[in-house]
Amino acid sequence: MNAPTPHRVNEFNVHVATVNGSGSQTANTTLLRSIFQMGVPVGGKNLFPSNIAGLPTWFTIRVNEKGYLARQKANDLLVALNAETAAADIAAMGPGSVIVVNEGISFPDVPADRTVHVVPLTKLVEPIVPDARLRRLVVNMVYVGVVSHLVGIDPDEVDRALTAQLGRKQKALAVNREAVRAGLEYARANLPPAPFRVERRNLTGGKILIEGNAAAALGAMFGGVTFVAWYPITPSSSLAEALQTYLERYRKDPESGASTYAILQAEDEIAAIGMVLGASWAGARSMTATSGPGLSLMTEFVGYAYYAEIPAVIWDVQRIGPSTGLPTRTSQGDLLSVAFMSHGDTKHVMLFPSTVDDCFQYGMAAFDLAERLQTPVFVMSDLDLGMNVWMSEPFAYPEKPWDRGKVLTDEQVERLGKFERYRDADGDGIPYRTIPGQKHPLAAYFTRGSGHDEQARYTESSETYPRVMDRLSKKYDTARRLAPGPVIDRAPRAKVGLFCYGSTAVAMEEARDLLRADGIETSHLLLKAYPFHPDVKAFVESCERVYVVEQNRDAQMTSLLEMDMPDLAPRLRSILHYDGLPIDAVTIMDGVRSGEREEVTVR
Amino acid sequence: MTTAAKNPAPGPPPGAAKNRIGLTQADYKGSESTLCPGCGHDAITNSIVTAAFEMGIEPHRLAKLSGIGCSSKTPAYFMSRSFAFNAVHGRMPSIATGVHVANRELQLLGISGDGDTASIGIGQFIHLIRRNVPVAYLVENNGVYGLTKGQFSATADVGTRAKTGRVNEIMPIDLCALAIELGCGFVARSFSGDPKQLRPILKAALSHRGTAVIDILSPCVTFNNHLGSTKSYDNVKEHDAPLHDVFYIPAHEPIMVDYAPGETREVRLFDGSRVTLKKLDHDYDPSDGMRAMVTLRQAREEGKFVTGVLYANPAKPAFDREVGMVEQPLSSLTLEQVRPGRGALEEIMTGLRTGAGAPVSAGGG
Repeated sequence: MNAPTPHRVNEFNVHVATVNGSGSQTANTTLLRSIFQMGVPVGGKNLFPSNIAGLPTWFTIRVNEKGYLARQKANDLLVALNAETAAADIAAMGPGSVIVVNEGISFPDVPADRTVHVVPLTKLVEPIVPDARLRRLVVNMVYVGVVSHLVGIDPDEVDRALTAQLGRKQKALAVNREAVRAGLEYARANLPPAPFRVERRNLTGGKILIEGNAAAALGAMFGGVTFVAWYPITPSSSLAEALQTYLERYRKDPESGASTYAILQAEDEIAAIGMVLGASWAGARSMTATSGPGLSLMTEFVGYAYYAEIPAVIWDVQRIGPSTGLPTRTSQGDLLSVAFMSHGDTKHVMLFPSTVDDCFQYGMAAFDLAERLQTPVFVMSDLDLGMNVWMSEPFAYPEKPWDRGKVLTDEQVERLGKFERYRDADGDGIPYRTIPGQKHPLAAYFTRGSGHDEQARYTESSETYPRVMDRLSKKYDTARRLAPGPVIDRAPRAKVGLFCYGSTAVAMEEARDLLRADGIETSHLLLKAYPFHPDVKAFVESCERVYVVEQNRDAQMTSLLEMDMPDLAPRLRSILHYDGLPIDAVTIMDGVRSGEREEVTVR
Repeated sequence: MTTAAKNPAPGPPPGAAKNRIGLTQADYKGSESTLCPGCGHDAITNSIVTAAFEMGIEPHRLAKLSGIGCSSKTPAYFMSRSFAFNAVHGRMPSIATGVHVANRELQLLGISGDGDTASIGIGQFIHLIRRNVPVAYLVENNGVYGLTKGQFSATADVGTRAKTGRVNEIMPIDLCALAIELGCGFVARSFSGDPKQLRPILKAALSHRGTAVIDILSPCVTFNNHLGSTKSYDNVKEHDAPLHDVFYIPAHEPIMVDYAPGETREVRLFDGSRVTLKKLDHDYDPSDGMRAMVTLRQAREEGKFVTGVLYANPAKPAFDREVGMVEQPLSSLTLEQVRPGRGALEEIMTGLRTGAGAPVSAGGG
């Protein structure tokens, strides 16, 4: 046995390399949850292929008591179960790391400053599970036992986490328990602890672990969604599926089976958005969830909804494009195509959730905003936020009622003595609507994507068209203050501003701390919505330089900022990350550092 | 202003006949048509006005839906007291599906054309029927694109000649045969120039609870009414082969006419109304889908247009039954009905804290 070495506490990454479809999810969740139960912040990222079974897949757990949970490039503990990728997986491990390899996997020599443990994971499970097919699944639990010994996870917490998942399947629970124990006992007898450890803290009490897509689904349910149409597409499918699961549980009468919602799987995304618009027009709270290729198909209808002023909530769980791109990799590449989606002069409202709590909040708020503004509202999530596991405070029950916007009842129509669907009666650019089925003879109107006047009548008039378009612009300006404002953290004396949105925020706090340690103070703006709130411009004005951090190639947010505040464009710099993996803090830090070095050189 | 719209119909002439809900025929009119004078579509519009008036449809309970094209413009020309949704090209069926699910109490009247349905919209048309969304779906079929000046559509017959002289060599899509194949519960073909037949068929379609497809031959007087066109007024008139005389008897009326046994067949519709089909040359059983397919095929080979109720299966359950929603329209549910209580959120949060209640697993591709 090695002599005890000084070790790092609650600050390391565990990386598990397996094969897609091998059933490693329960094992990885058990590891994640058992550390979480020890009071230490964790985040889990699933890097998976566009494939059902057989291709390599990785799961990474970041353990960090400061609460930094963004991806890091380097890992500390590797579990290599996939023979195909083992050589590359092992080669990626740095000095001081610990590598657990399943016996039988061949790999090149490893430098002496890495510790390699060849463990007979498969052999250990043989006496427990006679069935070879089942064994393939249970073998994952053996590494749970091994890892828990190496990094010092309390076996009782492992058992609790396992029981929570499999408690209803007693037989499966027993077998998996035995596998964990086999791994643990083997490791205790044969392996020294790793130089990085978990120690109990009290930092996760009361917190939850959830994926962004499930959080979005919960928000939609508590926001009172009544209609959902969708078409399966990674990485948004789990949003619609989580919604279906929750709605069936909480919005369906257990006796009659009658539901207060409808969720339809459409034949394609064109039909999905068409159904959403039809239902919304008829008075339902309607939404869809999709990703890049689906949005491309929805384009024509989205322009229609903008011009005919029909509310719709569209979740865009972004993945890498163009075209099919990398369906299982994350991106923030849809901003420009969404902001101006469809032909002609169109512009749209976007919300940018950066946490699972945002996903929950915007799940509700997007409906209020879409119905208040009578226009499509896009919620720009991404694969990292949507499909990975995040720690959060439990979601708060909504205290506010919903806002269905400017809807006139028959009594109001009667009192007014007239109804003009597209008249800007209040000066905010937002007209009033009625709901099909209303009985008042003046309530009905004709909805069309062709030229129309304030009374919703067909017209090709050269006076009317620009008047309607200018009102739509005015409505868009109203959206600037209705949508959630940015979160700004101004540091005194800071000349540098950092600007981000969406899931990038997770890496930002860590990056700012790293920069501060390096002598660079930064102010920070976390954008929550587009069009830009007036505070956004004020922030850029208050900084000498603003680094806009984005997960796309073309600096799409920077372009939007430059369009909105061209006079401030010289202050904007871009830090771009677009390899499909979630951005990490070091990438941001390096971007700012090299930018600042150039500033000095120029002067 | 080049606007084509006019104010909704003026008040009824004194002494005008009223229907059972106290409205006159003028109450079912729309703004003046901007289609070419003599267009078959205007004749269909008139039949819709008369049918809706005679049925006593409450205008606010009906929604007019359409796509893009000459036919899809026509909802502006009737029932101006009804809400209307003039959608994008070929996508009216998805709008209909959403409207229906949001408010199952609305009666839907979809107006489309052969380009809007058989070309750009064929996919949504098929899925509408597959789901059996309750909508009376009218195809005003003239075999050409009118608004873009005379290109062939996917229902143009083999050998028909365009105004430019070009001859169509590609097999047409028979929308009725397609609908029957898909199990549509009400399929009819009619002719804009035969309001006597069209009106009862329209009423039957509006009484059917499910997708009802009516393919209405409606000659385009400007681009497809010349010699050599199979869909010219004269050619359709000459080759119109009605299967039967069609009569519609509303639920609230007793049967007035007595036919000799064996002369008629009757279809009982969802709302209690009936369609009586009076035998012409041959007996035709509209419940026999196989026979309907053979009849359509034979007619095509003979260059005839069989018209009448081709197929009816009124018992097929409509889409809202499949979806399993509450009786009350989703559109009118209150916040209290759709926001689960605090206990629900607490239960979910506990599950997410302990790991016992994870909703779905990640993965896919």
